[in-house]
Amino acid sequence: MPLSDQTRVEIREIIAKYPEPRSALLPMLHLVQSEEGMVSTAGIEMCAEELGLTSAEVASVATFYTMYKRRPVGKHLIGVCVNPQCGILGGDKLWETLTEELGVDNDETTEDGEFSVERIECQAACTYAPAVTVDWEFMDNMDPDKLRETLAKLRAGEEVVSTRGAVIRDFCATERTLAGLDDGLADSGDNNADEIMLAGLTYAKENGMSAPLPGGDE
Amino acid sequence: MSTVAPVAGSSAPPADAVTCTIDGVQIQVPKGTLIIRAAELIGIEVPRFCDHPLLDPVAACRACLVEIEGMPKPQPACAIPVAEDMVVKTQVTSEVADTAQRGVMEFLLINHPLDCPVCDKGGECPLQNQAMTHGNGSSRFDGTKRTFAKPVAVSSQILLDRERCVSCARCTRFADEIAGDPLIELFERGAKQQVATGPDAPFDSYFSGNTVQICPVGALTSSDYRFRARPFDLVSTPTACEHCASGCAIRTDSRNSTVMRRLAAEDPEVNEDWNCDKGRFAFKYLSEDRIKTPLIRDPETQEFYSASWPEALDLVADKLADYRGRTGVITGGRLTRDDAYAYAKFARVALGGDDIDFRVRASSQEEVEFLSNKVAGTGLGVTYSDIESSPMVLLAGLEPEDEAASIFLRLRKGVLAGSTKVASVSSWVSPGSAKLQAVVLAAAPGDEAMVIDALLKQSSALSEAGFEVSTQLRNKGAVILVGERLAASPGALSAVAALAEETGAKLAWVPRRAGDRGALDAGALAGLLPGGRSLTDQTARAEIAQAWGINESDLPAEPGLDLAGILEALTTEQEVSDETESAVESADVEASEEQEVADEALAEDSAKAAVDQIAEEVQLGDDEPQEPRIDALVLGGVDIRDVPNIELMREALREASFVVNLETRLSGISAYADVVLPVAVDIERIGAYANWEGRLRQFPKVNPEATAQTDGRVLAMIADEMGYPIGTGDVVEYHNELDSLGYTTGERVSFNSVKPGSAQTPGSGEAVLASWKFLLDLGMLQTGDDYLAGTRRPSVARLSPATAQSIGVTEGDLVKVSSDQGTIELPLLLTDMPDGVVWVPQNSPGSEVYATLGDAIGSTVRIAGGPKAVSDAASADAEVSA
Amino acid sequence: MATALTPVLTRYWDQKDSYTVAGYERNGGYKGLRKALDMAPDDVIEQIKASGLRGRGGAGFPTGLKWSFVPQGDDKPHYLVVNADESEPGACKDIPLMLASPQQLIEGMIIASYAIRANHAFVYIRGEVPHVIRRMHAAVRDAKANGYLGKNILGSGFDLEIVVHGGAGAYICGEETALLDSLEGRRGQPRLKPPFPAVAGLYASPTVVNNVETISMTSQIMRYGAEWYSSFGSEKSPGIKVFAVSGHVKRPGIYEAPLGITMRELLDYAGGIREGHKLKFWVVGGSSVPMLTEDHLDAPLTYEGMEEVGTMLGTATPMVFDDTVSVVRAITGWLDFYKHESCGKCTPCREGTWWIDQLLHRFKDGEGKPEELDLLNELCGNILGRSFCALGDAAATPYPQALKLFPQEFEAGIHTPANEAFDPMASVVFPGVKTS
Ligand SMILES: Cc1cc2nc3c(=O)[nH]c(=O)nc-3n(C[C@H](O)[C@H](O)[C@H](O)COP(=O)(O)O)c2cc1C
Ligand code: SF4
Ligand code: FES
Repeated sequence: MPLSDQTRVEIREIIAKYPEPRSALLPMLHLVQSEEGMVSTAGIEMCAEELGLTSAEVASVATFYTMYKRRPVGKHLIGVCVNPQCGILGGDKLWETLTEELGVDNDETTEDGEFSVERIECQAACTYAPAVTVDWEFMDNMDPDKLRETLAKLRAGEEVVSTRGAVIRDFCATERTLAGLDDGLADSGDNNADEIMLAGLTYAKENGMSAPLPGGDE
Repeated sequence: MSTVAPVAGSSAPPADAVTCTIDGVQIQVPKGTLIIRAAELIGIEVPRFCDHPLLDPVAACRACLVEIEGMPKPQPACAIPVAEDMVVKTQVTSEVADTAQRGVMEFLLINHPLDCPVCDKGGECPLQNQAMTHGNGSSRFDGTKRTFAKPVAVSSQILLDRERCVSCARCTRFADEIAGDPLIELFERGAKQQVATGPDAPFDSYFSGNTVQICPVGALTSSDYRFRARPFDLVSTPTACEHCASGCAIRTDSRNSTVMRRLAAEDPEVNEDWNCDKGRFAFKYLSEDRIKTPLIRDPETQEFYSASWPEALDLVADKLADYRGRTGVITGGRLTRDDAYAYAKFARVALGGDDIDFRVRASSQEEVEFLSNKVAGTGLGVTYSDIESSPMVLLAGLEPEDEAASIFLRLRKGVLAGSTKVASVSSWVSPGSAKLQAVVLAAAPGDEAMVIDALLKQSSALSEAGFEVSTQLRNKGAVILVGERLAASPGALSAVAALAEETGAKLAWVPRRAGDRGALDAGALAGLLPGGRSLTDQTARAEIAQAWGINESDLPAEPGLDLAGILEALTTEQEVSDETESAVESADVEASEEQEVADEALAEDSAKAAVDQIAEEVQLGDDEPQEPRIDALVLGGVDIRDVPNIELMREALREASFVVNLETRLSGISAYADVVLPVAVDIERIGAYANWEGRLRQFPKVNPEATAQTDGRVLAMIADEMGYPIGTGDVVEYHNELDSLGYTTGERVSFNSVKPGSAQTPGSGEAVLASWKFLLDLGMLQTGDDYLAGTRRPSVARLSPATAQSIGVTEGDLVKVSSDQGTIELPLLLTDMPDGVVWVPQNSPGSEVYATLGDAIGSTVRIAGGPKAVSDAASADAEVSA
Repeated sequence: MATALTPVLTRYWDQKDSYTVAGYERNGGYKGLRKALDMAPDDVIEQIKASGLRGRGGAGFPTGLKWSFVPQGDDKPHYLVVNADESEPGACKDIPLMLASPQQLIEGMIIASYAIRANHAFVYIRGEVPHVIRRMHAAVRDAKANGYLGKNILGSGFDLEIVVHGGAGAYICGEETALLDSLEGRRGQPRLKPPFPAVAGLYASPTVVNNVETISMTSQIMRYGAEWYSSFGSEKSPGIKVFAVSGHVKRPGIYEAPLGITMRELLDYAGGIREGHKLKFWVVGGSSVPMLTEDHLDAPLTYEGMEEVGTMLGTATPMVFDDTVSVVRAITGWLDFYKHESCGKCTPCREGTWWIDQLLHRFKDGEGKPEELDLLNELCGNILGRSFCALGDAAATPYPQALKLFPQEFEAGIHTPANEAFDPMASVVFPGVKTS
């Protein structure tokens, strides 16, 4: 499947941001992935062409990073963190729930093309364990019931909002965000400071603790 | 795989030397020497896999860990240069190093299939060997091994067994750093990491075979050699490559006198550790369809019959004696220097003529003078190390990647190191030029002299980059490398000579064939005696006559005919006589009509004069039977497809009264020969080539049982029979004779500068034809090597976008390139090149220029669109962007 | 006396617009920058040196010293690269810092770039966090619109462009040289050192790589002074640190406090271990550092204090596990991680993790062999200090310490699967799901 001319235009815009063109390769791969739901041969070749690289050079990079998919991903990519912190606090159970619910195993896609599932490593959401991601948008402090509910809503096309504010779109849309294109969602959820982020500040305020600051600042 | 780092000066320590202690031994080495190399100097072999002396250190495999005093952890010896007073302990004296090395070795083996008995590398495998010396014997790993489907063909020539790979990345680093063809790369990561090619882009690098050689395990093997032999069955002989003028050192491995494989041999002065795939893989011709006995054409049946040597020699000597003074000698550029010398001597002594040429290709009188004046008998000139660190190397009519691959590698090394800059006068930016980051000074064929002249004059027509080139050419150490193709562009060699003169740049001539430089030095060219001597120089004549034991007056007095002259003599003499007859006839007619045209007095007079003169000549001919200038031909190793005007060559062969062909197998020439005399291929003899540097590349006999004769020996036998002996025919004798002759001290052949020509102006639907030969093509010595053929570059026609548009074709369309003689049809690849120029490969599948279009390079040809090509040009495109 | 919490980087997080220039400025944001731009670049470096700030990416290298390694007067461009790859298991402090106070990071980046004379800076953010990537892009646009980026920043004559760059899933890209290769569009495999990035980093030019928290803090140091900053913490570990406490505690979250606070105190702030359970083990600096137990709760959380108890402060993001957790399960999970993330470049890490992980799975499945307990130790020893980069070392770290602290659990792994010895459901924290 040929990639659109629009993608080529956007690729060139990304390249222009960097002092050296090749630096744009990772975002470029996200961009071609956003069009096809995977990094296809056509995507590899377009990146190679635009950067003056061989397809081997591009594919060697694309296969190094786990977020670039070699097979088409479903509409949504559900990731369950199974790294010990999340895994032990419930990720293992969530994985069980997810795969039972969807009848697919790791790196597989449901027959209707709706969901792909993936065991993922630590997402830097340990204080929110166990964490799940939908199209890489965070669904913190997940539990099996919420997971089932989320799947049902996604399937029904109902709105699902990440615990970090952004509305969930689909895998391809997120890939555009990862390529650095403005998705208009930057203000979602204000500063995202929930009780977990505020745990220390709240405690400090409640207990009259603060860092002494010179110059009358507080 | 091991090399020795430069040892510190034996007497006084160089200023940049450092002293360190390795396993208690104090040594001094040049600053920057890596520990692993320093250890080699005192005989300590630290294990290694990723390390290669010509690749940048990566310290990835961790096999070479050693203890360095003051450092908390063992360190990779392959990546750390010795420092002053450093104390290093290798596995020999350090428990820490030994344990670390054994630990790494154990890790390396857990996922290795240990299939040594069926592995091509078995018996010469660094992993196998080092596992023995630095490993623990048995493995404690009893888990699940990583498995891969095996083997994968990364190209038609190279196979990959991923299970055996140890991720040392030598192959991928070679492809990227040395060859500039990053077509294989590491894919995936962690334990899944593996070597692979891009989608639909095989590892079609001209240098791919080197990866097989440097793979420290049996992961990369060649399709050609797979399962064919075991190292302990092979006899290795150091030889010299016969494929081009690079002069690479080769290791030939044979079994029962059959060559099983060829490898690059290490020669730091020449090819370092590398060679090209042609040199490595093209050797099937050595055993293909060899002629075993002399063949004589039966005058009745016109068929060859096998004859005995005495019968054949008798016949040849008889005939050549008849045609003495009227025999042309043509050699094909693949002769050893000693054989070329034999031909040179044979022509002058036995045949009593000077009609000899080794340049079976586009050539010119300008080139004869250029070569005789500037190149012949000048000894070692510009060297590989000169071009590796030259402020500017100008390539004129030379595509080193295709035509002299080791030059390409050495230039690239210099370019990447920042010590060399390259510029090229060419019709387009070839993949090779791109990989050399060369400034390409675009020239349509025929315009080369003008472009070179602009560099000399620093003309305002130069681009900024061009001006920069012309300035850098004036720096000390600048070099101009001239390709043989330049001979076809009038004035170009003159312009180059003037440029060198003006700028002080050193000049070197790079022919394509391995034998060309030797043939030139040996005097296998009309007007040129051995050692760069001029035939017309008194000193030279005296020296040669004395060395050859003949009278000076026995040497031809005047320069003879070169290839063009010989062909012309054979093909026009008959016509001249025909013309003479018809001229006489017409003169008669005119004479009879004299009265009727009485008022045209002037015309009458001249006509009469012509008649008189012709009548005189005819008269003379009546007294002495008229002798054609050339009557017989002796041809050695000539491929008829190398002749620009093949039809003319065929006609000449037909016209010649007697044709002797010295050959290894029947060829396009043999078809016209009266006698074919079988000669030896390189593995059956000793010999030597002179490479482009003027460096002698000697090789021994690989096949001890071979009895085939060298060209030189056969010529000596003929000469004996003729009664004009030229020696015993022994290679060493020729060799010594030539060496003791040395170089000319007299006047060189003079060089008459030729005015710059210019490219023809194509009309609409026309273009000027540009072309050169790809490294891998339909060359005679590549026959039978099908895996190699699979890695050839695709044949495409190249046009500038504007020219393409003018004939209404777009990328991938078929383009028809036609002369009066025929048409070549190839898919179009749009290329940034001068308008009005079309480029096609010279001798590739679907594109045999001489055979199809005739002598058309540099001339105007017709171009037109054809139907849409079936095969697309995309793969060619990918390769170009590489 | 208990060490008080000292929110600095996190102190305005309770204001919803803390992430905007407006919100940040309202709270005095960009004051540090103004001060810095009034100083000579070298003086800025001096001030950071004097503050004693050490890198918060894990290794604790003195930040001012690192900046001072950048050669001056060379002809090459210089670069600042912020390491926002945060992928170490347990580490989860940089993501919130970028979400809630990206301007603080940008301010620090301008200061650092000014100091090292860089006109181009990058934030390399791990790819799996679109919410952070879009937030940082927007923050850069916001800062640029307000004259903090671009040409002639605040009339100082100093120019800076910031490029926000998303990764694509590879823990190794947190290692600074792998990060640079990745940022150059290559496989993220670490580079041979020397040369160090300060001399030949991005595009072979002098480059400083610093962690998000490190750079964020420079804005506050410039604002309040080196003396102020170094008045916190210990002599060798001055200053304030963002701690992220996760696991079986009642109030997991972000706690900012001076270095030298103890885990006991932090646990206290986090509400202690969840009801009905006891602390079993904790890992202070990410999974790559040796685990600790109750015995170490009073050791000061400083670089030297942690070294004293045989571990490393690392990212200072303690993971807390209670008595329901199988150590064998935890260790095996981490080894799965290291095996998955090993870049493949060097033998000990690539092959060693492959082997160790298999052996650990045997113990987790109750199928270990007695002799493999020692073998595992030996294999870890064959990786530690012999791999190309610290990822290999990290992979070799968890097991030996776990075996030392909990030998009986590994011995049990010879016959009993971990999930029989420890009911996995007892460890889960789902609200509404019964814990036993
Ligand atoms: C495997 C590995 C992963 C790392 N990951 C990170 C990371 O995610 N973030 C980070 O700031 N430093 C990480 N580091 C440390 C960096 O290499 C580097 O020391 C740090 O970014 C320097 O910044 P600092 O001086 O501000 O701490 C990692 C190191 C290793 C070996
Ligand atoms: S230790 Fe080796 S294999 Fe592991 S991540 Fe570092 S370089 Fe790569
Ligand atoms: S030979 Fe030194 S690390 Fe490979």
